[in-house]
Amino acid sequence: MSNLREHILKSLEQGIRFDGRKLDEIRVITVEKGISKNAEGSARVVVGDTEVMAGVKTAVEKPYPDTPDQGNLMVNAELLPLSNPDYESGPPSEEAIEVARIIDRGIREAKAIDLPKLCITPKEAVWSIMIDVLTINAHGSVIDAAALASVIALAHAKLPKYEDGAVKYDELASAVPLARKNLPITVTVYKIGSHLFVDPLPEEEEAADARLTAAVIEDGSIVALQKGGEKGISAAEVDAMLELAQKKAKELRKLL
Amino acid sequence: MAYEERFDGRKFDETRPISAEVGIIKEADGSAVFRIGDTVAYAAVYGPRNLHPRFLQDPSKGILRCRYNMMPFSGAGDRVRPGGNRRSKEISMVTEKALLPILNLDEFPNSVVDVFIELPQTDAGTRCAGICAASMALADAGLTMRDLVASVSVGRVDDKILADLNYKEESYDGEVADIPIALTPRTGSLTLLQMDGKISRPELKKALEIGKKVCEQIYEVQKAALKAKFSVGDAHE
Amino acid sequence: MALTAQDKSVVVPGEELASGMEYLPTSGTYRDGDKIIAARLGLLQVDGRLIKIIPVSGKYLPKRGDTIIAKVIDITLNGWRCDINSAYSALLSMRDGSSDYIAKGADLTRYYTFGDYLIAQITNVTSQNVIDLTLKGPGLRKLGEGRIMNINPHKVPRVIGKAGSMVGMLKDELGCRISVGQNGVIWLQGAPDKELLAVKAIQKIVSESHIPGLTERISKFLSRK
Repeated sequence: MSNLREHILKSLEQGIRFDGRKLDEIRVITVEKGISKNAEGSARVVVGDTEVMAGVKTAVEKPYPDTPDQGNLMVNAELLPLSNPDYESGPPSEEAIEVARIIDRGIREAKAIDLPKLCITPKEAVWSIMIDVLTINAHGSVIDAAALASVIALAHAKLPKYEDGAVKYDELASAVPLARKNLPITVTVYKIGSHLFVDPLPEEEEAADARLTAAVIEDGSIVALQKGGEKGISAAEVDAMLELAQKKAKELRKLL
Repeated sequence: MAYEERFDGRKFDETRPISAEVGIIKEADGSAVFRIGDTVAYAAVYGPRNLHPRFLQDPSKGILRCRYNMMPFSGAGDRVRPGGNRRSKEISMVTEKALLPILNLDEFPNSVVDVFIELPQTDAGTRCAGICAASMALADAGLTMRDLVASVSVGRVDDKILADLNYKEESYDGEVADIPIALTPRTGSLTLLQMDGKISRPELKKALEIGKKVCEQIYEVQKAALKAKFSVGDAHE
Repeated sequence: MALTAQDKSVVVPGEELASGMEYLPTSGTYRDGDKIIAARLGLLQVDGRLIKIIPVSGKYLPKRGDTIIAKVIDITLNGWRCDINSAYSALLSMRDGSSDYIAKGADLTRYYTFGDYLIAQITNVTSQNVIDLTLKGPGLRKLGEGRIMNINPHKVPRVIGKAGSMVGMLKDELGCRISVGQNGVIWLQGAPDKELLAVKAIQKIVSESHIPGLTERISKFLSRK
């Protein structure tokens, strides 16, 4: 095994993370809402040295044929080359697409947005909610930071006025219809050896055996899962990881 | 109808409030944010570093590569589709040209210096804000530079010559000329000059005079931000 | 005929440093007419008539004879390609990689593999920045399990201290093994809590290097913890 993993593991045996934190400890988080006046909702989330921005734009579009009386939701994540030397310009990487899909699934499966309420004229016109999340400085735990920023931006987003077939972006009207209790909080639990922890540093991500991402709603139910990493996990480990994810989700929910 | 008083009450040669900060992106070799009114530009510099593919390399010096990008939620109205378009490509190119004259990359043959500019919020003057941020980020990255570059848009609204047009002025229903410029504050040499609209030579001359004065003010803000990172802030980290 | 910027202050590109022909521009500065101008960001240093700028940021510039910490990033037909935290990667040839004889076609990963960190010496830097390394020499070796941290290469002399006094103090006080490469890459290994303290002390050295009384402050910092 790699030197780094071995070194981190030795330290974890004594309950000490790579930067001295406890295993279940998240770095200091700051949240700023309304970072772009041109977005219908927006937020900046800073977790330690990791910084992400999310914004919500809306438009009136045709519904998808299979959901003619529901609004559309789209989530896009970009790992900007501005934010890390290893990120490259060009079409979204697999990694970026995974982040977007995790966030999308969380919001969709939680039924956080009341999509039927976003229907204006069935088969003709519905609201599209487009969430974009971008990294400014990527220093570990980008999935959770991006998910948090997206949900906060969404929670504060307002729909513009829609009159005579035109969207009036400078006149925000009503809030995006949300089931607030169902806003998902996304927590990824990492595993090295037998140790479970959250909010990894880049070194810890590199050394990790596996990770499990869970989207958790207010009553503690899990609405989306994504397992990652090169090694497998046991059912008992899944249970322990979810227990930790639920506990941390409860804490993070206060930031909404 | 004449434009007698600016929509936001500014004097004709006055910019919107300006602020800047250096070293805001820790992963980067150099970084800065530049704000002018509601326009916000982040810039990060990576390099000099290995350039791939190989055929892009220049064996006599390092090359500069800029990428200007508006975040999807940054603009008024519709979402900006990610991935760039003709406009962002052109702006990336003129940004490169605006910064190249001050840079010396002779020491770094075959390498590249990457500059990434991202705008989370825009209200006109975005390429100029991007250039201001990028020039600070390049200095922060410790590159050899003869000068900084300061940039602002000047222009004409009806018969008034003014500095730093905002979006409302750019889209004013009358005669408008929008002239983004960049210059090296020490020598006044113009490294960016574009125009949309219509203007006479004497009016352009006046606009450039105002632009030079404003760029000198911007240079002072850039200078102060660079010094702040390395003099005061450091000891408290 | 005077300095127009203050000695030891931070100066930025384009800033006027002196006027008149009395002063001479050296590293990081240039002359424009009768003025001397800053050509990079850094600390102004006036040494008699000589004016120069000491960099405070920027990539490591490889120099022959420097001992650095390199990371193996690729294995080629005749050696190992290494990242040395500069604009260019460096090459460690089979011949210079080990005092053992390595036969052509041998499995090079048995010696050093991807991700390994090495303390190496730079033996050659060409005008096109082809950089050669060697591992033959006292103290040069593959580094074992440990932590890597990066600092600005311009701060390396402060972390090492006069005749190794600063890093020596850290090693003694904390019982850690520490190797500092001229390229700003540092390798540490020790008890987890002590090792973290060493990291914090190095961060403190880097950020306060320009404030006098550094050694005493670091010594105090270590004894307080």
